[in-house]
Amino acid sequence: MFDDFFIRALVAGIGVAFVTGPLGCFVIWRRLSYFGDTLAHSALLGVTLAFTMEFNIALSVFIISSLIALILIQLQKKTNLPGDALLGLLAHSSLAVGLVVIGFLTFIRFDIMGLLFGDILAVTVDDLTIIWVGGILILLILKIIWKPLFASTVNYELAEAEGLNPDKAKAIFTILMAAIIAISIKMVGLLLITGMLIIPAAMARNISDSPQKMVIFSIIGGLLSVVIGLFSSLEFNTPSGPSIIAAALLLFIISLLNIKQSIKLKN
Amino acid sequence: MSLNQNILVKLDNVGISINDKWLVKGVSLQVEKNKIVTLIGPNGSGKSTTAKIALGIYKKIQGKVEKYTNKVGYVPQKISIDWTLPLRVKDFMTLTESLDNETITEALSLTGVIHLKEKNLSDLSGGEFQRVLLARAISKKPELLVLDEPVQGVDFTGEIALYELIKKICDELNCGILLISHDLHTVMTATDHVVCLNGHVCCSGSPMDVAKNNEYKALFGEQASQILTRYEHRHDHIHTEEGEIKKN
Repeated sequence: MFDDFFIRALVAGIGVAFVTGPLGCFVIWRRLSYFGDTLAHSALLGVTLAFTMEFNIALSVFIISSLIALILIQLQKKTNLPGDALLGLLAHSSLAVGLVVIGFLTFIRFDIMGLLFGDILAVTVDDLTIIWVGGILILLILKIIWKPLFASTVNYELAEAEGLNPDKAKAIFTILMAAIIAISIKMVGLLLITGMLIIPAAMARNISDSPQKMVIFSIIGGLLSVVIGLFSSLEFNTPSGPSIIAAALLLFIISLLNIKQSIKLKN
Repeated sequence: MSLNQNILVKLDNVGISINDKWLVKGVSLQVEKNKIVTLIGPNGSGKSTTAKIALGIYKKIQGKVEKYTNKVGYVPQKISIDWTLPLRVKDFMTLTESLDNETITEALSLTGVIHLKEKNLSDLSGGEFQRVLLARAISKKPELLVLDEPVQGVDFTGEIALYELIKKICDELNCGILLISHDLHTVMTATDHVVCLNGHVCCSGSPMDVAKNNEYKALFGEQASQILTRYEHRHDHIHTEEGEIKKN
């Protein structure tokens, strides 16, 4: 049978996929792909800080990512720079600062590749607890803010006018984004987390005609990607993160066939 | 004066400026239950802005807005929906409030678009979408309806029917309506109170008062004021089948 570490990775991956499914849909709907990327890049800084101060990695990543999100909101208010420039600025500078800090930490042996691309060997029982408890919390909170968040995604003014308080929902969603990055960083690695968020959701968009369906297909897509990715990672001895994302891409390509057919039907 | 229990929203000397330019200034008005208040004015006179202030969409405003209800239905003038979202008409109907299937069906039937219920929002025409927007706003049985040019792009017969529907809803639900319209005829016939805007309140009052107002005439021209006179005229007598004219 399989080794324990593989079972752990599988359980971890499945937990992550349940959360990235619905969050990924919002990332696509709200056009937040690069925002997710920026948070993920800043996660490296969080990891290094965790090592320096012997702190829990997930918690440290969560704090740093939330902080970067806050800084972004402030910069958007105070400067005249466009959003994508600010995102690029924060993403690359936090990545650079993170790498510089690693340079200083010569006394710790760092698995940079594992950090960037995920490492199934590294998933511990503690990580599993963090992923599942954190994941369930994220999903519960998302369910609570679903209505205002979704309504304001469709149209901000309608949501605001009809008393749904979209600003609060948006702020909470930002925190949820930081949280999912924090709990999934070990699985997929920080360079590929956004892929885990958007590729299954993009696949789901191709085969759905309602928001609910898109969320469900996005979860299913994520689960399949994790299972296929991890098994091939074991089989071909490839890094886990890239294998999972490659599997997601494969599913996306298959979903494109569905679009072709429906366009043909329309004509 | 005792507090009027019927007031739904009250604007007291409100205004908003963006980059040191006033969009509207010094607007006072109130919407009461079972009353239709209409904002008229030329393009850029701040009608939509005033409506958004009343709805609480703008935060940094001058003056005071007192809102006494949370049951609000809003039909915005412009709505841009991102098609990255797969959204059917029935999903859109429950956007801000969960409704049962029956209520959705009823509202869509009232505005004449029940056949579009399962359709994707991106496949609708402008007029169809406008009818869906109106259906969504009334389906939640609001106490306050804010309608920003609710019949734009709707065909001529539909326009009349929808205005009649709006009037009927106002009576049935006992709700107050803040209406923005360019159709002076409708404004003058179906409205209880008219506020004529041009960056500030030019004049306000009953349709009759406003039509007589000189500032209104200056804004809309002599002809506009005659729309009303003609209408009023029609109502003080009836034409009998024999062609005689009978006073009421």
